[in-house]
Amino acid sequence: MFSYETVATFSQVTSLLMFIVMAIGVVVYAMWPKNGPVFDAIQHEALDLDRGSQKPVRPE
Amino acid sequence: MSIVEDRHRLSDGLAVFGTVPVIVTGMTWLTESVEPAMKFHGSLLALGGLLFAFFVLTNGKSLATTTSGYVDGPIKVATVAAIFWGIAGFLIGDILAWQMALPQLNLDLPWTNFGRLRPLHTSAVIFAFGGNVLLATSFYVVQRTCHARLAGRWAPWFVIWGYQLFILLAGTGYLLGITQGKEYAEPEWYADLWLTIVWVTYLLVFLGTLAKRREPHIYVANWFYLAFIVTVAMLHLVNNAAVPVSWTGSKSYIVYSGVQDAMTQWWYGHNAVGFFLTAGFLGIMYYFIPKRVERPVYSYRLSIVHFWTLIFLYIWAGPHHLHYTALPDWAQTLGMTFSIMLWMPSWGGMINGLMTLAGAWDKLRTDPVVRLLVVSVAFYGMATFEGPVMSIKAVNSLSHYTDWGIGHVHSGALGWVAMVSFGAIYCLVPWLWNRPGLYSMKLVEWHFWTATIGILLYITAMWVSGITQGLMWRAYDKLGFLQYSFIETVEAMKPYYVIRAIGGMLFIWGSLIMAYNVWRTVRGDEAVDLAEQPRVAAAPALRLQPAE
Repeated sequence: MFSYETVATFSQVTSLLMFIVMAIGVVVYAMWPKNGPVFDAIQHEALDLDRGSQKPVRPE
Repeated sequence: MSIVEDRHRLSDGLAVFGTVPVIVTGMTWLTESVEPAMKFHGSLLALGGLLFAFFVLTNGKSLATTTSGYVDGPIKVATVAAIFWGIAGFLIGDILAWQMALPQLNLDLPWTNFGRLRPLHTSAVIFAFGGNVLLATSFYVVQRTCHARLAGRWAPWFVIWGYQLFILLAGTGYLLGITQGKEYAEPEWYADLWLTIVWVTYLLVFLGTLAKRREPHIYVANWFYLAFIVTVAMLHLVNNAAVPVSWTGSKSYIVYSGVQDAMTQWWYGHNAVGFFLTAGFLGIMYYFIPKRVERPVYSYRLSIVHFWTLIFLYIWAGPHHLHYTALPDWAQTLGMTFSIMLWMPSWGGMINGLMTLAGAWDKLRTDPVVRLLVVSVAFYGMATFEGPVMSIKAVNSLSHYTDWGIGHVHSGALGWVAMVSFGAIYCLVPWLWNRPGLYSMKLVEWHFWTATIGILLYITAMWVSGITQGLMWRAYDKLGFLQYSFIETVEAMKPYYVIRAIGGMLFIWGSLIMAYNVWRTVRGDEAVDLAEQPRVAAAPALRLQPAE
């Protein structure tokens, strides 16, 4: 069987690496140049910012 | 008969049929249980089932005629419920604050002692007030940002009414002495199971609405709401894993023991803060601030980084509640480290919320609803700065178990959660009830100032009290004995407890002003200062077009 120390160290090291990879992934996705205009469009559509009234609603 | 009518009849039938097991379970407890409190809860459950069946049978026709447009009925109920439970919860909190200063106010009765009222207060403000605000705003926001009608015919109604029944089961249980003794997770096994059913339905309604959206992308507020719903489900299921002693009795035993139980509890407890009181309310921030000031979020890119870093980091911060305990030292350090890393998303999010006003700072002066929303974000920044500081072991050795902790949670709960909720309620009420504006902006102004001064009195009193307490507990005389007896430290707290209770009274006063203002708005009374209200105060259909 594995000792407590082995299991704890394994979980600490793998989760540290996982965090680094996830953090890089998120920043790259958010900062990707092509995504800029897409994000702008999302906001304006979702918040009805360019319209006086709201968009039609998808019914039941 | 059309397919739509067929579907409606089927869903009406299923909704009524679904109440049968609820009524049968309730009746069984009423007749079979030997505990009077459990018999009472059985009757509540059965009555709840009967009322819901009656509600479905009597409202089916009126709902059938409205198959298009947004579903706002359940949102209205949750909004009113939030105001009702909020005032009840604040009031119980202030009674407790006065009990701390004047202990004879516990009346020497079992039902009104501190031990039973304290969970009633925390659950009423977090789950009843906060929970209803989250239900109302999430159902509103997901429909508007997806341009889709809420999924399900009776499911959204079941979520709202079922949640109120959970609140009643939990709250009356505490007063009658039913508790599993886990902080913020006091309800016993049967209330937990009921909440699980309600919560899974909530998740399905939310996901179903996202699935039929007209927009290609899911707006960031919905990501925060979804993280809140999914994580709370996971926390609730894991932390409440218990074995009941009997199917007709209230008592159960948690499956964990010792330090594992403590760690599971604080993994739950801190993430109730992180996902219930933070992620969900950030969903409110990301919709209501840009909507109210009519400008996009300062940086959508930052909101994405904010979301993912918050989600990644919060879930590991729980061990900071167990410093200097039997928990392995590395786990304590891990909790501390992740808490400090949380400064990044917290302040990133705060800056993103505040800077959404860039170029429109004048609204802070002219629109008290914007001021409530913005001050809440400032309190969010302050409370989430203070939290990581307190998680540092050296600081924690002074602050833990003192009133500093109580002050800290209230700067988050009153300053951030309640203030952002008030802002959202003031936006929602005219929008939902189709009014040209709020009854009175002046009253919002009064609410803002009474609440803000109340919060400041509360948290400054608790800082002084907490640090005094911490220093007195660790003071030694020159022979190495403790310098103060415990009762001397209690005596030293008295003036601060009175100040805190006065701060709480101001906060309640503000919430009563809100209730009056909302009641007049809902009733359709003519607004007294409509000319001073921004165009977005009106319901969408009544809004004036922006000047070209």
